[in-house]
Amino acid sequence: MRPTIRFLDDQLITRIIDEARDLLRTLGVTIHNQEVLSLLGDHGAEIDLSTEHTRLTDEIIDAALKTAPSSFQLFDVMGNQTHDFSGDNVYFTPGSAAVNVMDSATGDARRPTTADYIRYAKLVGGLKHIAAQSTAFIPADVAESLQDSYRLFLSLLFCEKPVITGAFTKNFDIIRDLQQIVRGSAEELKEKPLTMISVCPTAPFKWTEAASQNLLDCARNSVPVEYISMPLSGFMAPVTVVGSLIQHTAETLSGIVISQTVNPGTPVVYGGAPAIFDMRFETTPMGAVETMMIDCGYVEIGKFLNLPTQTYTAMSDAKLLDAQAGLETGMGAALGALAGANSISGPGILDFINTLSLEKLVVDNEICGMTFRLLEGIQPREDFPSQPLFEEFLRDKHLIIADHTRKHLRDEIAFPGPTIDRANRARWQERGAVTIGQIASSEVERLVLEAEPTRLDKGKQAQLVERMERAALSAGMDALPQRDA
Amino acid sequence: MDILKDIAASLMAGDDKKIVEEVNQAIEMKMPTTEILDDGLIAGMNVVGEKFRKDEMYIPEVLLSARAMAAAVEVLKPLLIAEDVPSRGKVVLGSIQGDLHDIGKNLVAIMLEGAGFEVVDLGIDVPAEKFIETALEEDASVVGVSSLLTTTMPKMKDVVDLVEERGLSGKIKVLVGGAPLTEEFAQSIGADGYAYDAANAVEKVRTLVGRA
Ligand code: B12
Repeated sequence: MRPTIRFLDDQLITRIIDEARDLLRTLGVTIHNQEVLSLLGDHGAEIDLSTEHTRLTDEIIDAALKTAPSSFQLFDVMGNQTHDFSGDNVYFTPGSAAVNVMDSATGDARRPTTADYIRYAKLVGGLKHIAAQSTAFIPADVAESLQDSYRLFLSLLFCEKPVITGAFTKNFDIIRDLQQIVRGSAEELKEKPLTMISVCPTAPFKWTEAASQNLLDCARNSVPVEYISMPLSGFMAPVTVVGSLIQHTAETLSGIVISQTVNPGTPVVYGGAPAIFDMRFETTPMGAVETMMIDCGYVEIGKFLNLPTQTYTAMSDAKLLDAQAGLETGMGAALGALAGANSISGPGILDFINTLSLEKLVVDNEICGMTFRLLEGIQPREDFPSQPLFEEFLRDKHLIIADHTRKHLRDEIAFPGPTIDRANRARWQERGAVTIGQIASSEVERLVLEAEPTRLDKGKQAQLVERMERAALSAGMDALPQRDA
Repeated sequence: MDILKDIAASLMAGDDKKIVEEVNQAIEMKMPTTEILDDGLIAGMNVVGEKFRKDEMYIPEVLLSARAMAAAVEVLKPLLIAEDVPSRGKVVLGSIQGDLHDIGKNLVAIMLEGAGFEVVDLGIDVPAEKFIETALEEDASVVGVSSLLTTTMPKMKDVVDLVEERGLSGKIKVLVGGAPLTEEFAQSIGADGYAYDAANAVEKVRTLVGRA
């Protein structure tokens, strides 16, 4: 059996959903987008265009839940399926949109460049347990207006894995064009989604002009969306886990209603990035155990509604690759996976989603690997009857070369990569008594060096470059930064 | 004077009902308005700030004190105006153009008000000119600019540049903040100050208005 964890029983889930629906009917949602509001109005919602506010009806919510698909797939740059967001399938993706990258040489957090991003993309290509890229940080060497599309551009050129990303403004054109170039046409892209776009409501119960426009554009192009509601418990949400879940449910349901009203059947993911608010430091810890409990709670609610789910759990608020980083990332990865979140964001991230460390990404890849082993659970293999095996054991005094051992060794034991130290002390000392950070650092170098160039058609690569250069030109840049890193 | 001690105590306890009674009492006793403000309210708030820094008080308690402060100042206001007591400092706050994050900025606003400053909050997505125009209209000496996105951070420099262009350097000070910022960034754009959180912002504003 697949191990799972549950925090909510069905009765509590139903109460939370009913409460959230009630809020949408009575308090409603503010949506700063006249087009979306009018559409909702056409479908029976009570709208007020002057205050840009709507009260949703049960009918419109039910209709949206009916058309929202319970599963969909993602495909890599080459068009091969990599993700099946259904049931309890779990996939990891690095945490996204960090402000800084951890400098491998100095260990300091600093603003990233194009060269950093290319190293990152190449590294992700080689990490076995990380199924998707994310646009993990923002190269600072291009014009601000391009920074969201430019990272996607680099991702598509330097790694074949699909991309979890987002827009920084209401402008979605470049992000759409880049994807259509890779696929060849708008139809192909609808057929085989390449990215998933994060779109965030603003607490409480509001969709900004940019966010609602993103929802509209994604729905029209059938680009999958993950809703990222962010209750900050005790500050921008009730302090209780249940209260935060009610707010999250209402905001997420309103997002589903928008997407499904624009384009019934467009793929959507029940996601989020809640956090408690640490009153002592005025911060929003992603590694707090209560944060993880809210995450698991809404994943259960999403599953109850029969929708694919996403969560932001496998990350840490530590400033360095230290014990806190391992503790929080490990715990978050395991809990999110046990809850059955389909897409888990976070690996590589430190410092409240503000810093990405390539070294940590390598270590976290091992955490993800261990988590996958955990999910396989305990399975009877050739364990019954056991008498012959124990007879062999009694006779030979060990089982190390037994057929049974050789046959099942790799199914039963997932040996981690070199960053996880399992040598005895003498051997560890003989190897230079290196720290996890040092090993991770050389692993980063190795994997970046070994990365294969993308197999994406050269013509399409040229089109990507042409599209991005055109965008750069209109953003006032003479040329894009060098990409020969 | 005991009544001032009582006022400070009510402020620390965040009791916005009792403090109003006590301030009214002090006024009846003909106590000078500036004394009520400085030795009662602001003295109490300084203790609150101190305890907050030492982790002896958490934000919710500080905010309760801030609310009590606001209630007390409301009572004092007519007198402060009548007696022409100069403002303890006025701060124009906002999130820079293109940025919709306002949670941190709002927290800074509450803490500044709690510390006795007047705050004019311009909200989110605020163009550089608007900060300066408002500061001039409101006669504010500090402009506080917030940014949470690396894409909107560079726009903060426009605020600093405008101050200089209009020959307002020294008259209007620019304080910047937000998670992606650093002291170095603030210096690089020529801002007058940087604060990493709301309590720190109060200290920095105090220094900027010369009330350290
Ligand atoms: C909550 C949040 C949101 C909420 C904001 C709600 C709101 N009303 O503000 C929502 C969901 C709407 C949101 C939207 C987006 N967000 Co956001 N968000 C956050 C998050 C998780 C927390 C911010 C926060 O409120 N912290 C709590 C407060 C108390 O702390 P603070 O803001 O740092 O403020 C303190 C200090 O900085 C300082 N301070 C702040 N302002 C000022 C001003 C002055 C004058 C002074 C002195 C001090 C000061 O004092 C404050 C109190 O301690 C951050 C991650 C993070 N940890 O920072 C991402 C983050 C800032 N967001 C991010 C992104 C990408 C976005 C979106 C583009 C996502 C999208 N695709 O839609 C949009 C942006 C829309 C826009 N144009 O602005 C990125 C930015 C990446 C980058 N490189 O710039 C971050 C870092 C997360 C991430 N890694 O992905 N976000």
